[in-house]
Amino acid sequence: MKILEDLMTRLAQLRDSQAEPATEAGTPPENAAWPSETQWKTCDFSVKGYHFDIFVPPRLVREAARMLDEKEFSLDAVTGVDWIAEKQFEVIYDFFHFLSLVRVAVRTRIPRDRPEIPSLAGIYPGADWHERETHDFFGIRFVDHPNLIPILLPEDATYHPLRKDFSYRPELNHEADLVRPELRPSPCAASEGTSAEASAIS
Amino acid sequence: MNHPKLQRIGNSETFLLNLGPQHPATHGVLRLKLTMDGEYILRAEPVMGYIHRMHEKMGENRTYAQFLPNTSRMDYLAAMHYTHAFVLLVEKALKIEVPERAEYIRIITSELNRISSHLVWFGAYVLDLGGFTPLLYAFDDREKILDLLEAITGSRLTYCYYRFGGVANDVDEDFLQGTREFVKMFYGRLKLYKRLVTDNIILRKRLEGIGPISAEMCRKYGATGAVLRGSGVAYDLRKVEPYSLYPQFQFDVPVSNLTDCKGRYLVRMLEMEQSLRIIEQAVQKIPAGPILPAKLPRTIKLPPGDYLSAVEAARGRHAVRVISDGKEIPYRVKLRSPCFSNLSLYQEASQGLMLPDALALLGSLDLVIPDIDR
Repeated sequence: MKILEDLMTRLAQLRDSQAEPATEAGTPPENAAWPSETQWKTCDFSVKGYHFDIFVPPRLVREAARMLDEKEFSLDAVTGVDWIAEKQFEVIYDFFHFLSLVRVAVRTRIPRDRPEIPSLAGIYPGADWHERETHDFFGIRFVDHPNLIPILLPEDATYHPLRKDFSYRPELNHEADLVRPELRPSPCAASEGTSAEASAIS
Repeated sequence: MNHPKLQRIGNSETFLLNLGPQHPATHGVLRLKLTMDGEYILRAEPVMGYIHRMHEKMGENRTYAQFLPNTSRMDYLAAMHYTHAFVLLVEKALKIEVPERAEYIRIITSELNRISSHLVWFGAYVLDLGGFTPLLYAFDDREKILDLLEAITGSRLTYCYYRFGGVANDVDEDFLQGTREFVKMFYGRLKLYKRLVTDNIILRKRLEGIGPISAEMCRKYGATGAVLRGSGVAYDLRKVEPYSLYPQFQFDVPVSNLTDCKGRYLVRMLEMEQSLRIIEQAVQKIPAGPILPAKLPRTIKLPPGDYLSAVEAARGRHAVRVISDGKEIPYRVKLRSPCFSNLSLYQEASQGLMLPDALALLGSLDLVIPDIDR
């Protein structure tokens, strides 16, 4: 599959060209399992349903999507997963190729107490709605998203139902457990300067 | 504001028209906030969520078998396909072998369901455009399909017929004979629809040249199904990513280069004919045998990891992604809805259209709102 080989070569170049810079606060991430490098593996399509699984740090999500866009992939879905035991959210982007049978899953992990990730809405306009839905269900903030308002939940919803600690008692669901988020290192701070400003304003 | 049609609209006042959640032409509870200048649409913003039932959360507190009825409730017109996707996922992950007779039954029922779903689309679409007659003709044919499927599944609409490894009930000779008669009758009906509706000058004027959607726009938004095939891309999961026994059947994938509403309309009408071909071949070749494998695991537990499976539903590519942590209850179920992606391009595609043309475009996307909202 030539498309996959091209993709793998370019991902190797991406990994080698962008080494992880030191975080601003100088403190290591809270969770030691927070990945900082790009990894990939090929999967058994007949069991898993996709060919290629790429793990990127959040700040490289846009670059990976740009590469896939050039190779004429289309965005299938954006899935959020709440790994509450590991205190992380995982975001999985599924891509599929129009004309040949290649399925790629790009996954990334962000800390649960500062869930921010660069938005793909500039590259794939279809990601606009998928990201709004993921924001509704998990509270993940997509930086530079044009219109991050609830899409499936009511416009004034402040709760995020697919979180594992979502309670049926409304007074127990609140976003106020983010204490001084601006002091924590943002996972997408290294990508563009605007994201740091945006998170500082919020 | 650089759409060519918008050039001639001056700086006149705009007003907001609410094509509210209750409207016969939105095919469900979809709200469209239209910013209009006279009769031209400057901006159409779909607002959804009126039938959001949170199936994905329900997937997290039910076992795999208990989630099966949920799969039919999302797109109730093509419910077999949605159950098929979920069942396929578990079978692929646990390497369960499906007996051949069960695969044939699945294909026959899936294609019958595809035809009945397209008949609803056809009747409702022409009704939106003002033609009241074909609706009841289409529903009459659909009743025959529903009678056949009710005899074996017990439900008229939200079937929960597939099980992990096969199907729930066996089909008898009455069903096969009824299917043969239906196929013979329906070929004639398709000719009638072509003469009465497709070649009708009024319909042609309403559809030709309206709402062009390029293949590049489809790719950027992730649109699949007849929307994509009506823009010239021959993408049908039954051919590109074959599942079940589809490689053994001979059928074509209708593609249209027209990219407008007429192209999508023709693609769906021709798809019904291709489904008839598949059903004919399947009914002829169906073998005798069991409908469930001899040995099934007592409890369905997927190994930890995530799995993806996709089918060609009547509306496009429906994918299910299950993330499992090894327990009986999935950790996360993600349902990829084809109508969600198809509708997301509506905002860009409807700029500068007049209101009736925008409704023609909306109908040609073949939406079922409970599928979008899940």
